[in-house]
This record gives sequence, structure tokens and C-alpha cells, in this order.
Amino acid sequence: MKPFDYTRADSAAQAVREYAPGTMYLGGGTNLVDLMRLGVAEPERLVDVSRLPLDTIESVRDRVRVGAAVRNTDLAVDPMIRARYPMLARAVLTGASGQVRNVATVAGNLLQRTRCAYFQDVTRPCNKRRPGSGCPAIAGDHTNLAILGSSEACVATHPSDMAVALAALEAEVHVTGPGGDRIIPMPGLHRLPGEEPERDTVLEPGDLITAVELPPPPAGATVYRKVRERASFAFALVSIAAVLDVGDDGVVAGCRIALGGVAHAPWRAERAEQALIGGPATGEAFLRAAEAELEQARPLPRNAYKVPLTRNLIVSTLEGLAS
Amino acid sequence: MEITLQVNGKPRTVDVDPRMSLLDLLRERLGLIGAKKGCDHGQCGACTVLIDGRRALSCLALGVAVDGSEVTTVEGLANGDELHPLQAAFIEHDAFQCGYCTPGQLCSAAGMLGEPGPSAVTEDILVDPDLTPEEIRERMSGNLCRCGAYVNIVSAISEVAR
Ligand SMILES: Cc1cc2nc3c(=O)[nH]c(=O)nc-3n(C[C@H](O)[C@H](O)[C@H](O)COP(=O)(O)OP(=O)(O)OC[C@H]3O[C@@H](n4cnc5c(N)ncnc54)[C@H](O)[C@@H]3O)c2cc1C
Ligand code: SF4
Ligand code: FES
Ligand code: FES
Repeated sequence: MKPFDYTRADSAAQAVREYAPGTMYLGGGTNLVDLMRLGVAEPERLVDVSRLPLDTIESVRDRVRVGAAVRNTDLAVDPMIRARYPMLARAVLTGASGQVRNVATVAGNLLQRTRCAYFQDVTRPCNKRRPGSGCPAIAGDHTNLAILGSSEACVATHPSDMAVALAALEAEVHVTGPGGDRIIPMPGLHRLPGEEPERDTVLEPGDLITAVELPPPPAGATVYRKVRERASFAFALVSIAAVLDVGDDGVVAGCRIALGGVAHAPWRAERAEQALIGGPATGEAFLRAAEAELEQARPLPRNAYKVPLTRNLIVSTLEGLAS
Repeated sequence: MEITLQVNGKPRTVDVDPRMSLLDLLRERLGLIGAKKGCDHGQCGACTVLIDGRRALSCLALGVAVDGSEVTTVEGLANGDELHPLQAAFIEHDAFQCGYCTPGQLCSAAGMLGEPGPSAVTEDILVDPDLTPEEIRERMSGNLCRCGAYVNIVSAISEVAR
């Protein structure tokens, strides 16, 4: 690991003042410390923001504000979150292990980096880690990587479960930084790789996430499901956060589908949503909607399995919500 | 940097490089070799300790970042000569073979028993469920055992959870 300086910030404003090029914010460290050990991240300075007074979950009128330093465990067991946003509690609980969730922060979870094996191996080229060096995953092992929205430059996926639920809930990410304060609506925080795969998100250098604000829960039934290679303690191959509101007439009044494990960002299946709203809530309609969404899929040879997997997951999840 | 931790109830002040993990600090600077380095990447749970009463991975924690915390390692679980109930149950249920994962399993189980709330396998998210074997398996999934002693680990923890 390269040597670095460490400081603890007492306030968000102080953390931002401490920022200079080469500085990184430290949350729980469960991703950053690992990447530093691997030589993937080489900050000159860490500003520890894990103990900022941003560690509360509060209801503000009809919304809920979750501080950026709230630990994943505390978010998932919060009575208000469980009652009003069960999909979010579920998504968090399916991620990592009890030990990691106890330490991991909300902001750190959103900003964790891809688990692409080449990204984590500094002896290999990788456009995300070293822009312009190439993407060995495309000709190599991309079994777990993206089928939607990828580019010639990068086919990585974003690994967070929580972010997928936040994309379906249309949460707002509150940010402060050298350029002032702003609010980024999910799923707009994460970007597609395009020609700049080194940028995971729309954040600018020095931007600090201070909170995630949840709008009132959407009408209808909600669920989070995760498909993975073992029953627990594994990243998603594909995951889904879905909301389905079916009227008494059997017509779909509202539908939101966010997919994880398929793209560089949590993927809102807007084509499928549009195909369903105003139509019947039948298995056949669900299948047509899933197929409409996946027409844009550009799988690679070793991750083509994700296309039928995602289709079947969308259909069975919506069927479950409709019944 | 100089930091002070309460380790197994005793204040310890050490001068550490910011790069040093809590795991290396415990093992190399304080001679507490109970917590094990299985992977050093958060994937195995062998380095689990309690930080301020909550289970955490000491390989992913920087020493400087836990300055001021209370740390309990497997060496601090027993009360003098009296084994922690989990330690006694692990012996009684034959819950280890080589023993390499055991300190992490014990600290993880000790932390887990104090964690209310649902898990990923809890049917009703609003309910704090009983610790059935299924719940214990899910909650302990961050602790791997190369020897596959899982069945006996679950029965040992079940006995204490009752
Ligand atoms: C073995 C293992 C398995 C895992 N499995 C899963 C899984 O199945 N699903 C899943 O979703 N996750 C999984 N994770 C990832 C885990 O959820 C993340 O490591 C964790 O959420 C990161 O949070 P942190 O607070 O520790 O972030 P850190 O590691 O501290 O930081 C991560 C990034 O966020 C930045 N950052 C932190 N706080 C802020 C802030 N307030 N503002 C701006 N930038 C900030 C840091 O600079 C860094 O770039 C797993 C991790 C491990 C080790
Ligand atoms: S997929 Fe992206 S992260 Fe993986 S090797 Fe290619 S450029 Fe790097
Ligand atoms: S050594 Fe820490 S989890 Fe493996
Ligand atoms: S007893 Fe050998 S690794 Fe668990």
C-alpha cells in the first residue's frame, strides 16, 4: 500500500474544505481499504467521514432522510424503513455479510466500485483503472459483467444491491462539494461507461454525499429479489427491485422495474414499464414487456445466459407481485 | 500516528502507520494472534472481532480509523478461566476441525446474538425472528470454514441462542 495521511473530519463542511486532489473520503473502508491494498486506489490522503454527524434516519414530512454515514445494518433494521420501504431493507440485507454491513455506510455502498476481476488486478490493463489501456474483459472473462448499456471501452457492472432498490424508489442523493450543494435523483447518480469508464458516477472531485432522501413509497406491491451463485454472501448475477400497482379492473396503474448486475448503473427497465402501464397484468404481458426491454441487450458470449435469466426473473417477479 | 484502543478491556496505546490494518495491529503489535488472516479481503470472516460491541472484519479496518474504540478479540471472550458459552458449546458440539476459522466464528456468533432485526431469509420483514438454524446459517454466512464444520457450528450456536 502506498503511504498516505489520515484525518478525521468533524463536519461535512470541514471534510469538503480538507479536500484536495489526491484526497479520498473514507467511509467504513470495506471497499476502499481493500482497493488500496490491491494497489487499485492510491490516495495520498484519507479524510474519514464515517463519524460525521450524518448518522440518523429521520422522517421529514412525508419523506425519510437517511444520513450518508448510517451503517447498512442500521438502515436495514430501522422500523420505519422496514415498514415503509421493505424493498430497501431487503436489498441491503441480501448484500455482503453481517460483519461488512455493520461497518459499511450508505454513501460508501453507493460508491463501491465494480468487482470486475481485471479492474482489481493491477497487472492487467483496464480502461476503468487506467484509461486507454484496453478492456481485457471483452475477450476474456465477462461471465458476471454487463448485458445492457455497455460500451466498447467497458462492460463492468455496478455491484450494489442497495442502489438498485434506491433506483426503483427514486431516492434523491444529497451532495455537497467545492461547487456547492445539489440533489441527484436516482437512478441518475451512476452513469453508463461510454468513453469514460473511469467515471462511475456523475459526482465531481471533492463531492461528498451527505444523505439519501426517500420520497413517499410508491403505490402497489414491492419486492427485491437477487439471483446469485450461492444462497448467501455473494454478489448478484442479476437482481430486481420491482413495484407493481394493479387496479381493481386488472389494469396496471403503476410499474417500476430496476435491475442490478446487468449494467454499469442500476438499470431502470423503462421500456418494460411503459409497455405494461395501462395494460393487463397477465403473464403474457409481463413476458412481452421483458422481451421489449431485453431487445437492447448486447450480451457477450459468456454472459449471454443473463438475457434469459433476466427475462425470467422479470416475469416471475411481476407474476408474484400481481398475485 | 498514536492511537488508543480498549482491547479486551485494557487501554493500549500504539504508534501506527496509517496503512496498518486493525488485524495486523492486533497480531503484530499487541501479540493477539487469535484473529486470523484468511484472505485479507473481507471474504472469509477469519479476522472477525467486535468493535464497540459489533462484529466487524479487522482486515478491512484501518487501525487509525478505529482510534478510541473498544475492541474484543477471541482472547477477550472468556471470563477469566470460565469459557464463554459459545466456546463451551463449540467444544461440546465438535464445531471445529483445524480451528483456523474458529476465533472468527466465535466473535461473529457473539456479535450476531446481539443483533436484532430481520435477515435476508426472514419471511416477515417487520418481525424480529427466532434464531432458527436457517436464520443462523444466513447470519453466519460471512464466516467460511474450509473444513466444512458448518453443521456442528450451527448446532453449537443454536444451543446458545436458545
Ligand atoms: C466480501 C464482500 C462481499 C460483498 N458483497 C456485497 C453484495 O453482495 N452486495 C453489495 O451491494 N455489496 C457487497 N459488498 C460491498 C459492500 O457493500 C461495500 O464494500 C460497502 O457498502 C462500502 O461501504 P463503505 O462505507 O465501507 O465504503 P468505503 O470503502 O469507505 O468507500 C467506498 C467509496 O465511497 C467513497 N465514499 C465513502 N463515503 C463517501 C461520502 N460520504 N461521500 C463521497 N464519497 C464517499 C470512498 O471514497 C470510496 O471511493 C461486499 C463487500 C465485501 C468485502
Ligand atoms: S469491463 Fe471495465 S472494469 Fe472490467 S476490465 Fe473492462 S474496462 Fe476494466
Ligand atoms: S481475513 Fe478478513 S475476511 Fe478474510
Ligand atoms: S475448522 Fe478448519 S477452517 Fe473451520
